[in-house]
Amino acid sequence: MSPDNPLSPAQSDDLRAIAGAIIPASAEFDVPGADDPAIQADMLATLGRDAGPVREALDEMARLAEAPLASLDPARREAVAMELRAKGGAAVATLTRVVLQCYYRDDRVVRSLGLEPRPPYPKGHVLEDGDWSLLDPVRARSPMWRRA
Amino acid sequence: MTDPVDVLIIGAGASGAAVAWSLADTKMHILCLEQGGWMNPETYPSTGRDWEARSFGDYSPSPNIRARPEDYPINDDNSPIKVVNFNAVGGSTIMYTAHFPRLHPSDFRVKSLDDVADDWPIDYQALAPFFEENDRIMGVSGLAGDPGVPPRNPPMPPLPLGRSGAMLAKAVNRLGWHWWPSDTTVATVDYEGRARCINLGHCTPACAQGAKASTDITYWPIARRAGVELRTHCRVREITTDEHSMAAGVVYYDADGMERFQAAHVVVVACNGVGTPRLLLNSTSGRFPNGLANSSGLVGKNLMFHPYAQVYGYVAEETDSNRAPPTCLWSKEFYETDKSRGFVRGYTFQFGRGVGPVVEAVASEAKGLLPWGAGHHAAFRRLNGHRLGLSAICEDLPEEHNRVTLDPILKDTHGVPAPRIDYKIGENTARMMEHGIARAKEVLAAAEATDICVNSPILYGGWHLLGTARMGTDPARSVVNEWGRSHDVKNLFIVDGSVFVTSGGVNPTSTIQAVALYIADQMKQRLANLFD
Repeated sequence: MSPDNPLSPAQSDDLRAIAGAIIPASAEFDVPGADDPAIQADMLATLGRDAGPVREALDEMARLAEAPLASLDPARREAVAMELRAKGGAAVATLTRVVLQCYYRDDRVVRSLGLEPRPPYPKGHVLEDGDWSLLDPVRARSPMWRRA
Repeated sequence: MTDPVDVLIIGAGASGAAVAWSLADTKMHILCLEQGGWMNPETYPSTGRDWEARSFGDYSPSPNIRARPEDYPINDDNSPIKVVNFNAVGGSTIMYTAHFPRLHPSDFRVKSLDDVADDWPIDYQALAPFFEENDRIMGVSGLAGDPGVPPRNPPMPPLPLGRSGAMLAKAVNRLGWHWWPSDTTVATVDYEGRARCINLGHCTPACAQGAKASTDITYWPIARRAGVELRTHCRVREITTDEHSMAAGVVYYDADGMERFQAAHVVVVACNGVGTPRLLLNSTSGRFPNGLANSSGLVGKNLMFHPYAQVYGYVAEETDSNRAPPTCLWSKEFYETDKSRGFVRGYTFQFGRGVGPVVEAVASEAKGLLPWGAGHHAAFRRLNGHRLGLSAICEDLPEEHNRVTLDPILKDTHGVPAPRIDYKIGENTARMMEHGIARAKEVLAAAEATDICVNSPILYGGWHLLGTARMGTDPARSVVNEWGRSHDVKNLFIVDGSVFVTSGGVNPTSTIQAVALYIADQMKQRLANLFD
């Protein structure tokens, strides 16, 4: 662990490996995996209050794997990942959320979804008005509320 | 010892701001103490790329997760619904969806009409002018002519239907049920210095555009210009009393953590349905050993949330997703009592437009819809931007075992005992939720949605904090009288959702503020004999 990285080197390696197991790279969709260096750097830089539960989940995973996850063959790695997911709990949920929230804000990934890689403010979005004639049958109804 | 102020208001949220504004025209010396500070819209989540992630951290709706210095912890372990709130100038109007329905006339007469709970000592007609006044100041967008609610005239046009609204409207029309564009406090045109909505979409955790009304940008600027003093980062520990059993003032911690006393001729409590009973129960003395204003023993009891039954699914077409305010339509089809449904009272359907990619990924993964590994990408593209959903906002009836007490161990950063929640969903409400889930599934089936998911109740759904210092004419069965004054302490007023006798089946902010304005108006009319 260091001031810039709240995880040990082994935990960092395991985080990268499990992130890649959760979201692998895809040539079909032209997106990186969650083990991509830039996405990993985002995870480590923004762990913040999630560092404790993420460490807890990685420690649990290390117990299940009995070896660095990256060193396992693909079948065994997937089996450990599935076992961790099935085990569940708050720490695993936090680990999963950290992976997902950093992955789905990466510019390349956001663009691949057909979205603009930017915050909502200040540009906002355009909302179509919609067909207000849909309201006609409701307008024709008598008052429904009870007088009291 | 400080010079006494005429009126001391505790809490600068929805109700405290409204009362401050209303009383300002008396030219009395009015002071408000707020435990939070002023918010800075430049730092709101929607200004950054981590806008969704912050909902799991410093902009979580739960004060226990958020844990900002302004927050106090809440022990809600013994409740299937967790308390959510926000502590700042503006209170929980900083962090709400801006859905702005009113209670119905029948909600004030539940005993007379349905033989449950109690009637309110006031009625819809008494509040009607204050609903109108509040709509004008908060700035409500909506559409007149709704057959589901009493006539009202929102000052701004409604939010667009958008794709999601149109899909939902078609589905509800196929069923022949009622729907209408929701009243919201989202400005659809430039309004009283507020810029119009530009569809940031991330409305609930504060609006960077300022289009969503929160009382820091509506009531407070006017109230302060009229002379009301607002002190921030001041956490009130207790209300003290004098030898005449009148409120003497409050002990509070200032921004530097120093203990202070502020004397006052009138004390107004506006701390919400959890914060208010917490403060009263912490204000013990020889004269009031069981807490202030608690001769009835009802302070903290009859806590009502609105249990939310949320149902959503996925359609083939693209929805509005997160690219528009989440508020959309409401339906009053199942609001009024129909005993053939197996329960009394009813619920509002609140329809939503969708969520952003991070929230979609996290929720879908937790529901088992989004796999790990090779199938992840294809599954996510089928789900993301295709969600359509609705929630039944179910009326909760008052039950004394649902309550706020003081936790024997948990304390805030100033060492003040924290609230503890003991709550379970009542049988009538549970039946109502099941009914709502079944009807919501019919709506989604009519919209040809698949992969239906249910969250019932929404775990972090304790937005509406009601009933813990109820109003009434009988001092043995209520905490405050029909105009908000404590039965026991004649210069102590309560103006927030605590005074609700029943909850209705709607988001309560509009009614909370109308009640607060009503109480302030009553105070002004009785200034000559306020303490008689």
